[in-house]
Amino acid sequence: MLIFDKGTKGRRTEYIPACDVPVTELPEGDRRIAPLCMPELSENDVSRHYSELERKTHGVNDGFYPLGSCTMKYNPKAADAAAAMEGFTSIHPLAPKEDVQGCLEVLSTAEKYLCEITGMSRFTLQPAAGAHGEFTGLLLIKAYHRARGDMKRTKIIVPDSAHGTNPASAAMAGFEVVNIASGPDGCIDLDTLRAACDDTVAGLMLTNPNTVGLFDKNIAQVTGIVHACGGLCYYDGANLNAVIGIVRPGDIGFDCMHLNLHKTFATPHGGGGPGSGPVGCRADLVRFLPGQVVDRDAQTGLLSFSKEPDSIGDMRSFYGNFLIVVRALTYITILGRQGIPQASSHAVLNANYMMACLKDTYHMAYDETCMHEFVMSLEDLKDKTGISALDIAKGLLDAGIHPPTMYFPLIVHEALMIEPCETESKETIDQAVEVLKALKDEALKDPEDLKSAPHHTPVTRLDEVNAARHPKLRWSAPGDSAM
Amino acid sequence: MKTPEELKYTKSHEWIRIDGDSAEIGLTDYAQSELGDLVFVNLPEEGDAVTAGKTFADVESVKTVSDVFSPVTAVVAEVNSELADAPEKINEDPYGAWLVKVSGITGTEELMSAAEYEAFVASEKAEH
Amino acid sequence: MGSYIPATGEQEQEMLGKIGVSRIEDLFAGIPAELKVKGGLDLPDGVSEMEALRGMRSLADRNRIYRKIFRGAGAYDHYIPAIVSEVISKESFLTAYTPYQAEISQGVLQSIFEYQTYICELTGMDVSNACVYDGAEAAAEAAAMCRDRGRTKVLVSGAVSPYILSVVKTYCFGSGCEVEEIPAEGTATDVGALQKKLGPDTMCLIMAQPNYFGTIEDAAAIAEAVHAAGAKLVMSVDPVAAAVLRSAAEYGADIAVGEGQPLGMPLSFGGPYLGFMATKQAFMRRLPGRIVGETKDRDGKTGYVLTLQAREQHIRREKASSNICSNEALCALCAGVYLSAMGPQGIADAAQQSMSKAHYLSEKLAEAGFHTLNGRAFFNEFVTDSPVAPASVMRALSAKGILGGLPLGGAHKGEILWCATEKNTKADIEEAAEAAGAAAKDPAAAEGKEA
Repeated sequence: MLIFDKGTKGRRTEYIPACDVPVTELPEGDRRIAPLCMPELSENDVSRHYSELERKTHGVNDGFYPLGSCTMKYNPKAADAAAAMEGFTSIHPLAPKEDVQGCLEVLSTAEKYLCEITGMSRFTLQPAAGAHGEFTGLLLIKAYHRARGDMKRTKIIVPDSAHGTNPASAAMAGFEVVNIASGPDGCIDLDTLRAACDDTVAGLMLTNPNTVGLFDKNIAQVTGIVHACGGLCYYDGANLNAVIGIVRPGDIGFDCMHLNLHKTFATPHGGGGPGSGPVGCRADLVRFLPGQVVDRDAQTGLLSFSKEPDSIGDMRSFYGNFLIVVRALTYITILGRQGIPQASSHAVLNANYMMACLKDTYHMAYDETCMHEFVMSLEDLKDKTGISALDIAKGLLDAGIHPPTMYFPLIVHEALMIEPCETESKETIDQAVEVLKALKDEALKDPEDLKSAPHHTPVTRLDEVNAARHPKLRWSAPGDSAM
Repeated sequence: MKTPEELKYTKSHEWIRIDGDSAEIGLTDYAQSELGDLVFVNLPEEGDAVTAGKTFADVESVKTVSDVFSPVTAVVAEVNSELADAPEKINEDPYGAWLVKVSGITGTEELMSAAEYEAFVASEKAEH
Repeated sequence: MGSYIPATGEQEQEMLGKIGVSRIEDLFAGIPAELKVKGGLDLPDGVSEMEALRGMRSLADRNRIYRKIFRGAGAYDHYIPAIVSEVISKESFLTAYTPYQAEISQGVLQSIFEYQTYICELTGMDVSNACVYDGAEAAAEAAAMCRDRGRTKVLVSGAVSPYILSVVKTYCFGSGCEVEEIPAEGTATDVGALQKKLGPDTMCLIMAQPNYFGTIEDAAAIAEAVHAAGAKLVMSVDPVAAAVLRSAAEYGADIAVGEGQPLGMPLSFGGPYLGFMATKQAFMRRLPGRIVGETKDRDGKTGYVLTLQAREQHIRREKASSNICSNEALCALCAGVYLSAMGPQGIADAAQQSMSKAHYLSEKLAEAGFHTLNGRAFFNEFVTDSPVAPASVMRALSAKGILGGLPLGGAHKGEILWCATEKNTKADIEEAAEAAGAAAKDPAAAEGKEA
């Protein structure tokens, strides 16, 4: 039941005292006309409502969550504990710098660590998410070419295996998107890239390891080809969890990049956000960074903000999702120089182990050593049994396992993309392997039953066609014309 | 799969009903069955120019969006506003649910007869 | 060193055996050796949780916590009921991903549907999205929704937050749209100047109600002027004020946006915050980001799904209305819990008290020599002049544990932007005004310095 259908008129909990100053009324013409139609509840009503909603939500705490490309690892609670400290949560963003030295130290230290991990010169922590970071990075590239007076670079090259945010970000930054086909090995085809590179290319966006879970071993040539035509290389850090501590984007030819603190550095995803997408760049792009950078005054020893001379402006208010940066700093501090590469090593170990366990049962789109994730194609199974990637995914729900990413990347048909993460145990992976094998059996023996899965979830498959054809996007009071 | 005799077809799966220098344009039965349940149609505005072989509209299913290409170069005379609230009409009656009427045709893409289109679809299916 | 890896050495060997390699490093053999990090990262050694939290605590302790805050300017110190943090810390809400698998995500989906309803109620609009990054970014996304044939210019009132102006300019550097600021006349939008700038190429005007200076604009007149030019009105609103103030839709706005932080989010040095966006039915498909809709399952049971997804980047790619993917979902949940707990009376009371207390503060400050400059009615923020340098007033207040108003710059140099909320008591207000008054008379003494 919706919260709007609960409660009763006149019920309330008083959270604030009565007003102790004379009341000032709004001018008559500025008063709300339509009354606020909101539920009137006791605190107990509110508490039970959200507990009920929590029970209908599957998080990493509820079970295995191998959602490819999303890095749904277990995030240590220490990071949440740090982010809940009153000395961080109660600080006004416009308080005087003398009063916020702790916050500035967080930003400054986190930036220093991120530079070391990635090989970039500086970072802005202002972008609020990965896509926001991509857009930021592309604006840096745009500003760079403009500052050189090179106005003809209007294109961004994006491989066809890229996340949808890549072309969307490039379009938002005013670029024309040139999609290039991947080679049969899922990596960039060097000849195709060479053919696309000319003096109208502003840059290339690339995820490495790529979205099929493979490290592009030609990466040095790839970045070299783009640089040779005068373009810059943007690293999409979505898959950085595979190689943190092992490879640094700055060392393999990337000029700017974002990383997803919410994927790689211990922020739980919150049902869709908030995340944080810091953007790093090489030295000569620093002058374009948005927001404000933190530096220490050599004389006073105080940290303070300053604006870069040719800054592209601001991507949002203030300094970014600060509490997410607090979490990332806590996480990096705990893991340290040994723990960081250990995390990526075990992410890759778990993915290869799970792939090895499954490859006799399911068709692997690329049957070779993978990085942190691998992609299976269920095209043959669908031809044979009518059971699609979607049906297998829905079958997993009944086993308490969150399905892998479905139908992505677009270059693999009937794709299921599995990313187990380093924090999952062998037992968890073994159990998931058994479930996936059993689902394959069921597909062969009793496909009809699987097509109606899931059977044990709060709702069964929902009518998405009806939802999109006749959108009902809000509650309306009984009798109101439904929106 | 229905392919009415009196219509012409494109390789991108549109049909066109030409009448002098005017025409109605829609999506074929094969196209609608491949796209699945359509949930929205983005149509041009009256007076917009359309170009043979170029996209002029797109249709959405729940998880895909597909461009619709114009078989002719002309000007949009009328758009089928009924489709805004009832895109399912394209699924139910593809040859009745025209997307746009155009007039002042000045150029045409390579068009196929019903028989040619059927053969083309058969060869496309075989390839897949 | 803390580690969250469950594999034992023995299991590691078993797993490597199954894969058919002898060491983990072999799995990275495909990466050319010359590209790998040599000698490890230059980071400190890992530490235990206890040590890490001790370190974070010492950083937190280096920040000064003010108990009496009279500063707003985009971040507001409202009271947050204890239940809010309790609910948003529930582990499944915290650790879930975007609700792509609807059958096991009904809780998150329903909470977003409820949030959308709350935002529609507060703004008077028909449809809301599931949120964007923050209030300034929401304004930039709204401007992008207004691009139309022949309309490529965004007008921004000079009386909006500097962050709105800056973010809109940055986004338009990307899209190629032109941005023009209409300088404020005092603390309000200059309607005469606006009328001169409006033209057939205008996409929209971005204004705020109440505006950055707290002034309640003549929004109806602005809406009329904007619409007469065929442009759209994007109105940034304060969601707490919206409980009592005429709604964005009632003023005639086409798109309502705003910063959702006042709805139960702590100040947090600027984030995470919440950008909300709502619009009229006709504009529904131009909204960026996720939207949740109601539907039925196979058994006829009501349920919720992400809908209208073909607008979004994962389907439409370079033709998407926006690139947004991750948003601020947990903050949207926070806003929903806050509004559910406060209820219609509670939120209206918080709004009314914020306004009343700001006016009481304005009165007391006037007695102390700081005169309010707003000219028009204001809500819970206002601008005063300052008989002495604003910085010294702030230092005097700070010595008493009070975070005073924000010293303004630019055309408003020498002025102070003050804010009050329901949290400021009568006694605090009087104390602040008195301290400001003392500073006005003798800045050095008030700061506690030797005269």
